[in-house]
Amino acid sequence: MSRRASLAVSLLLGLLTLLLLWVFAQALAQQPGPRLAELAATELPRSAVSNPVTAVLLNYRAYDTLLELAVLLAALLGIWSLGAASPGYQPAGPALEVMADWVVPLLILTGGYLLWVGAHAPGGAFQAGALLGAAGVILRLAGHQRAGLPSESSQRLLAVSGTAVFAAVGLATLAFGAGFLTYPPDWAKWLILLIETAATLAIGTTLAAAYVGGQPPENPEGVRSR
Amino acid sequence: MDSLALAIGVPLIAALAAAAFPARAQALGLAGALATTVASLQVTALVWQQGSLRSEPGGWGAPLGLALQADGLSAALIAMTALVALATAIYASGYFRPGNRPREFWPLWLLLWTALNGTFLAADLFNLYVNMELLGLAAAALGALGGQPAAVAASLRYLLIGLLGSMTYLLGVALVYTAYGTLDMDLVAAALRPGPVAGTAMVLMTGGLALKAALFPLHFWLPPAHANATAPVSAALSALVVKAAFYLVLRLWLDVFTPLVTPAAAHLIGLLGAAAVVWGSWRALRAERLKLLAAYSTVAQIGYLCLFFPLLQATPPGTAREDLLAALVLMALTHGFAKSGLFLAAGLVQQSAGHDRIKELGGTAQHLPATTFSIALAGTALIGLPPSGSFIGKWLLMTSAVQTGQWWWIAAVMTGTLLAAAYVFRVLGQAFNLEPTPRRFLTQGRTELPALLLALTSVAVLGLAARPLWQLLQPGGAA
Amino acid sequence: MTAQFLFGGAGLVLFALGIWSFLVHEPLLRKLIALNIMGSGVFHLLIATAERGDLPPDPVPHALVLTGIVVAVSATALALALGRRLEEEDPDG
Repeated sequence: MSRRASLAVSLLLGLLTLLLLWVFAQALAQQPGPRLAELAATELPRSAVSNPVTAVLLNYRAYDTLLELAVLLAALLGIWSLGAASPGYQPAGPALEVMADWVVPLLILTGGYLLWVGAHAPGGAFQAGALLGAAGVILRLAGHQRAGLPSESSQRLLAVSGTAVFAAVGLATLAFGAGFLTYPPDWAKWLILLIETAATLAIGTTLAAAYVGGQPPENPEGVRSR
Repeated sequence: MDSLALAIGVPLIAALAAAAFPARAQALGLAGALATTVASLQVTALVWQQGSLRSEPGGWGAPLGLALQADGLSAALIAMTALVALATAIYASGYFRPGNRPREFWPLWLLLWTALNGTFLAADLFNLYVNMELLGLAAAALGALGGQPAAVAASLRYLLIGLLGSMTYLLGVALVYTAYGTLDMDLVAAALRPGPVAGTAMVLMTGGLALKAALFPLHFWLPPAHANATAPVSAALSALVVKAAFYLVLRLWLDVFTPLVTPAAAHLIGLLGAAAVVWGSWRALRAERLKLLAAYSTVAQIGYLCLFFPLLQATPPGTAREDLLAALVLMALTHGFAKSGLFLAAGLVQQSAGHDRIKELGGTAQHLPATTFSIALAGTALIGLPPSGSFIGKWLLMTSAVQTGQWWWIAAVMTGTLLAAAYVFRVLGQAFNLEPTPRRFLTQGRTELPALLLALTSVAVLGLAARPLWQLLQPGGAA
Repeated sequence: MTAQFLFGGAGLVLFALGIWSFLVHEPLLRKLIALNIMGSGVFHLLIATAERGDLPPDPVPHALVLTGIVVAVSATALALALGRRLEEEDPDG
């Protein structure tokens, strides 16, 4: 882009920013009251979890989250469709090797903790899945061709599992007459935990597999050999 | 059973099955396509009976929960999507050669379908954002499937542009939530007060969607993306994906931001539409490749749909307005069927000749008579000759332009129609040469028949039997 | 109110900077970072909206942001994979 054009763009965007700031101030001024906060809080006891954000994600707006897991899957399928992964990094030196041995189990443990604690405090499937994904990234950096993941067919099952369990629960509640993704109150807590567990595994797998960046190599051995 | 949830749940489950078991992806994909068609047509049938449907996944209801909603407009588009996607799926099962069949086609295809149905049924502004991202990612991944550098580059650009559009849209949604404290479309519409906040939100959301709908002058990404993808994907991108973004603009302007739709705003959209009609048709005429021609023609067709905005704005509620809206939907459906038929046929030409350069297409008619016939039929619908659906659509468009005193839109329609006739006959003129007469009408039924049926639907079914569409769009249902 | 405006306003500035960078810069990586900054800007604004002084914050925008982040990660990953595929084909381009 030429210098003059980029100057014009800057000027226009500067004006746009001022306009947006003014509009945002107006929007804040015409406060609609508590928005959805009060409602989310009063319905919280019926949602089977005590962390309001988890209640929104997995109960009030669970359908959004179902589609979001599908988005993650679509990205992974798209990445896999582009061909095989690049060979990756050379085996790690001793320091990184030892660090990976320490950090990876710790990340998995913390992920499990965040998954469990998400029902009543900040945490949940996404935070836990992100930690699992990070463990995969570290393994890949330390020379693991498949980022610590199993074979391609197992990876497929894992990556699909989050969306599949979620959708299956939704269709099951529908089949039992309660409506799509409408959990029966007695079961809600366990159904949410089931969905979150599957989602954690799927998110972790998908993030790590996306980092590998292509169809997983057939033979991951030679992994740590130098 | 909740038919709205099924129209989304069925293709989603099928996509997951096809993703999990790649060895059986094609069988699972075809079965899923059939099941999704049934689920989608059930929605249309129920809307036909009851006028509109609403369901609340999660059971919380707006504003805390989410809702799905269907009326005549969404039901018509869902039915079109079902038929086009089913025909294209059957075509795809014969199009990809066993050796180089892309493994991820089927799961991505069904995810795309999930997102299309989800978009047509969504009643929540943020849910629409998630749906659009699913649509955009699945479409970009499908567009790159061939793996040719041109296709990958075009898909990458398409993905980036799509993201720019979604982010802009999302900023609009964030402003709406800040000002009105709800995301449900009906509740936002009820709470809306004309003013700078609502106006800015409308501009941001419309701008983001216009980028995705390839509304002139934001269309630059479309021709390479649609022309370089594999044939079944091009068909879906041009016939369905662009329509989904256009549908959202229409939905927002008609149902959510109603008080903000001023004559000036509607005229601006109309002007851009007119420019798209002329520019898209002109570029289609100048295109050297058949698929590029089809892609530029999509730019023009989106333009026709935009011409309805100023007319709808100027027409008071009543029969005239209902006719106009039905004409718009009729044109959108006709284009959907015709363009998917054209792209599928172009794919066969490309496969048979090894290229799709229009100048060197001589003899195609003799080699592939059924395909040439499909191209001719689809061309008839794109020009708007009787008895195609777009003939009725354009007729009502021009009648309304006279009635509301906005006669200048007629000039754009006439120019576009003449140019369309020129580009269609240019292709057909090249397809024939002096080789001996064809041996058989159909050479490869599995791929040629879907293309032929789609093109035939756009000309005969929609044109001669447009009446049910008017009944479907009646607010109270037809039955 | 002032804190809310400053936090959300910073988001708007990020959004505009993101658009600027997206339009002005040619390389894929810069465009992708620009898009992610735009996204962060919108998320900023949503988080600012959730703030309610001494009361517990509104959980709905928080959940929307979490969803948005996952969507943004997915899109970024796919775009990077497409870009790398192009680079393999044509290392100079």
